[in-house]
Amino acid sequence: MTSASAPVRGRTPARDVAGLGVGRAFGFVAPAFLLIGAFLIFPALWTIYIGITNYRLTGVEAVSPSIVGLSNYTKALNDALFHNALWLTMVFVLGSAIIGQNVLGFTLAWIMRRTRPAVRRTVEAFVLLAWILPSTVVAYLWVAFFDRDGGTLNGLLGTQGTAWLIDYPMACLVVFNTWRGTAFSMMLYSSALQAVPPSQLESARMVGASGWQTLRDVVFPHIRGHVLTNTLLISLWTANDFSPFLLTKGGPNHESETVPVYIYNVALQGGELGYSSAISFLLLIANLLVSLVYLRLLRRRS
Amino acid sequence: MRPDFVVRRIGFYVLICAITLFFAVPMLWIASAPFDASPGLGVHWPDWTLENFRKTLEHPYAMHSMVNSLLICVTTAVAVTAFAALASYALSRVRIPGRDALLYGLLLLSSVVTGTAAMVPIFVMMFQLGLIDSRFGVALVMTGGLLPAAIFILKDFVDAVPKSYEESARVFGASTGQILRDVVLPVARPGLATIMVWAFVNSWGNFLVPFLLIRSIEKQPGAVLMQTLTDEGGSVNLQVLPVFSLLFSIPVVVLYLLVNSRYGFRFHGGIKS
Amino acid sequence: MRSLSRLTTAGVLGAAALALLTGCLGSSDKGSSGGQDANRNADAKKVELTIGSNSVKGGKSSAGATFLSDVLIPKFVADQKGKGVDVTVKFQGDGSDDEVYKQKLSLDLSNKSGPDLFQIDGIWVGEFAQAGYIKPLTDTVGDAAKVNDWDGWKQIPESVQALGSYNGQRYGVPGGTDGRVLYFNKKLFQQAGLPADWQPKSWDDIISAGQALKKLPGVTPIQINAGTAMGEATTMQGVLPLLVGTGATVNTDGKWLGNTPQLRQVLDFYHQIYSTGLGDPVLQKEAKGRDKSFAEFAANKIGILGESDYFWRSVVEPKEGVAKMADRDTAVGWALIPAMKPGSGVKGQDFVSMSGGGATVINPNTKFPQQAWELLQFMNSADMVKASLDGAAKITQRSDVNSEVLASDPMLSFIADKVLPITQFRPGLAEYPKISAALQQATADVVAGKSTDAAASAYQKAVETAAGSKDKVTSN
Repeated sequence: MTSASAPVRGRTPARDVAGLGVGRAFGFVAPAFLLIGAFLIFPALWTIYIGITNYRLTGVEAVSPSIVGLSNYTKALNDALFHNALWLTMVFVLGSAIIGQNVLGFTLAWIMRRTRPAVRRTVEAFVLLAWILPSTVVAYLWVAFFDRDGGTLNGLLGTQGTAWLIDYPMACLVVFNTWRGTAFSMMLYSSALQAVPPSQLESARMVGASGWQTLRDVVFPHIRGHVLTNTLLISLWTANDFSPFLLTKGGPNHESETVPVYIYNVALQGGELGYSSAISFLLLIANLLVSLVYLRLLRRRS
Repeated sequence: MRPDFVVRRIGFYVLICAITLFFAVPMLWIASAPFDASPGLGVHWPDWTLENFRKTLEHPYAMHSMVNSLLICVTTAVAVTAFAALASYALSRVRIPGRDALLYGLLLLSSVVTGTAAMVPIFVMMFQLGLIDSRFGVALVMTGGLLPAAIFILKDFVDAVPKSYEESARVFGASTGQILRDVVLPVARPGLATIMVWAFVNSWGNFLVPFLLIRSIEKQPGAVLMQTLTDEGGSVNLQVLPVFSLLFSIPVVVLYLLVNSRYGFRFHGGIKS
Repeated sequence: MRSLSRLTTAGVLGAAALALLTGCLGSSDKGSSGGQDANRNADAKKVELTIGSNSVKGGKSSAGATFLSDVLIPKFVADQKGKGVDVTVKFQGDGSDDEVYKQKLSLDLSNKSGPDLFQIDGIWVGEFAQAGYIKPLTDTVGDAAKVNDWDGWKQIPESVQALGSYNGQRYGVPGGTDGRVLYFNKKLFQQAGLPADWQPKSWDDIISAGQALKKLPGVTPIQINAGTAMGEATTMQGVLPLLVGTGATVNTDGKWLGNTPQLRQVLDFYHQIYSTGLGDPVLQKEAKGRDKSFAEFAANKIGILGESDYFWRSVVEPKEGVAKMADRDTAVGWALIPAMKPGSGVKGQDFVSMSGGGATVINPNTKFPQQAWELLQFMNSADMVKASLDGAAKITQRSDVNSEVLASDPMLSFIADKVLPITQFRPGLAEYPKISAALQQATADVVAGKSTDAAASAYQKAVETAAGSKDKVTSN
């Protein structure tokens, strides 16, 4: 990532150690980039184009869509539902990715370092299972978990009749996505923690540093890059996650309609493909801005 | 033993138990509902029966959709892993101008474009290519969508493989092909395995792409079929759905267990800044 | 920030490439099928046809899918063989949400592909026609006399034909239809001291029955669908039957209903139910709220429920129903939906209802238009319509079949004899889905506690946007 622009600790710049040569290097890259070009970049450009039209899949605009310039974008800027969706997406990313998955993932990685292998394997198995189960299946698990009548949560808490997904939709989604995605952070931090020299941890203990001080002064500087990369990846994935739709369909009354869900509702229920493409492009821009912030943070070496 | 040590030990295990429960409890449903004579959305001790399994096996398309899922996802996982491995190695070892910005840009695109937004372009393009109603076409689209993140993760992984291995192999006169096959590949294998599982899992749950591109019900993968597991009126069929969910989860779990026992499912020092 | 400048460069390059894409959209329809010869391949000895439908064996509308693939297709193939034509017919089932099916079908049609015949909801006919995805049958078949002389039309009531028509032209042949009534639980009614032959004559009668039911513990007196989570079920089972009871319709003389006194009366009624504990507001927000209302009715927890005959046939049906009621025949009562006050309904009616249904249409780009028309007639012949019921009772499009098969079922005969004559259909116009969504939103607002006026003025704005201009909306 950054190695081209700034030398990163202990890493030498790219060197062609296997004698690949530029020609073969391009050959290696070509199949992947051909596929990406065809199935990602081309549709993306096309989407941008649709975003400046009033294209619909049915009705008059399906036959003769006309270019409406930036009016889809001005519409989005004044669209209360889009603002609502942006806000909810921010809450979702902050709550479930930046805080939820990060903190829980790190905690797991940290406390599992010196646990008995049997315990460690059991815990990891459940965490990973939550990550690898197909999303359609997972959605049903959580709908059942939160269900108003006879749901597991109400059974555990003795709160029969509480409709969690309706009364607290965003809180439910945050808990759900933390559950769903923590495995990635856990694995990443586990491997990162191996890079912290044990001798430094040992000396921190010798000087009587508290657990928190050790984390802040010894561990964090070593894994700073990991934290940022991890946060970036899980933030992007969460911001574009469609699974909230499977749990709440954006409801009740738009209360959990994050941007991807809003795009889906605009495109499919409303049929307004031009407008939904414009919103997708705005989402892309928002993602880009967030990434640039991360990159800056990553560059700044304290 | 000092008392505060005991307290901390207890606190530690309470924490571990709490976290494990948090991850395990939502899964109880899939363990109980498939075997329950009157399955509902709640979790309760099942009134044991295998009737639901019989009904699911009798479903005209359920088992066949698994085969389709396997076809699509194995193709996708292999293609993603192979192409991402080649690309990430080249990107890691050969200087290509603008590489990092390019990777970031693609990563951003891939997270947005694969969703609803690109529905029309992808459909029209596949239509022109004559790849509608083709499982291979579905695999191609999914591969394109997963590749950027795979390259991104794998490149960091390859970056972490010490170059000294390749250098010393070269000193001993190994050819490029030999180096890749005998030196790089073995070291990179756990990372590749992880990416393969990741790609498989992601394509396994993907509903939108196959839904958009497949027309014959005989070619539908399980993720699409699952949306049709309803009764006459369109309400969820609670006799078939839990069983199918369970069966549908088995391949990913088996794959994970296989990879985990052979390589250990982790990033082995991969993904650095 | 080198990477930023690189991204900018990439962006500029992308914008340049964009210019190349202009014209990729909508351009494919310049060669409209109007120029195609309707008699193409009319004498072909080898014919291939595909029927598309949002149904699937073992899932949504499984019986329909089974009929099409296992009965209709083999029969048609045999019939054609007798005429020396070798026909292969493929069934392309789907079985997903209607909105999703519609978009998928539209994608096919916009690329001049898709099944040769397909089933769509009656309210899509307008937008599909506007998009040029379907053409009047006389155009597709090419011969007006050939289409109009089909003897089947005589058996399909005019009002039902509207399901497959747009701007006064027939685009397809309608399938069966349905009707809406108020169901009530006779056991609960008895406990509450209400009559077993209950027939409310005004909205106030519904409310007073609800107040009597409210005294029973654990019972939700009235379930009138509301909110966005139920989707079209809110519009069809709730808003529209109430609206026609005020004398208004959702589209009158080309103008959409806006913030009118009638709309506010409907919203007031919702407010009355959901703010006084006569209805369960939470249920209206649940993603599976409608399914849950079925289960609760079957469990004797709902007193009065507005639903279509589907509820009787497939939900509380004692053997195969989704929410079986073993004592359905004795425990479930039904009543006509009253107008707000006697005589206040549309056309001065005392009682009202709404109906829906689908139609089968021919793809204008089919390779075999003549054979597709033949299949369409075959499909809607009395024999095939009867066969499609497979022994079950259901309201079909054909009067001759109805009079034969509904006799044994008092509820369905009631719908056919008493409800269909007073029923209304939704307008098959492209804007309808958005208007419907706005109506759902208005009820959601009221159920969530907003005032009727606030919900109604928000609705007015939504309708103006959907209709495109103020002039196309009524209000006062």
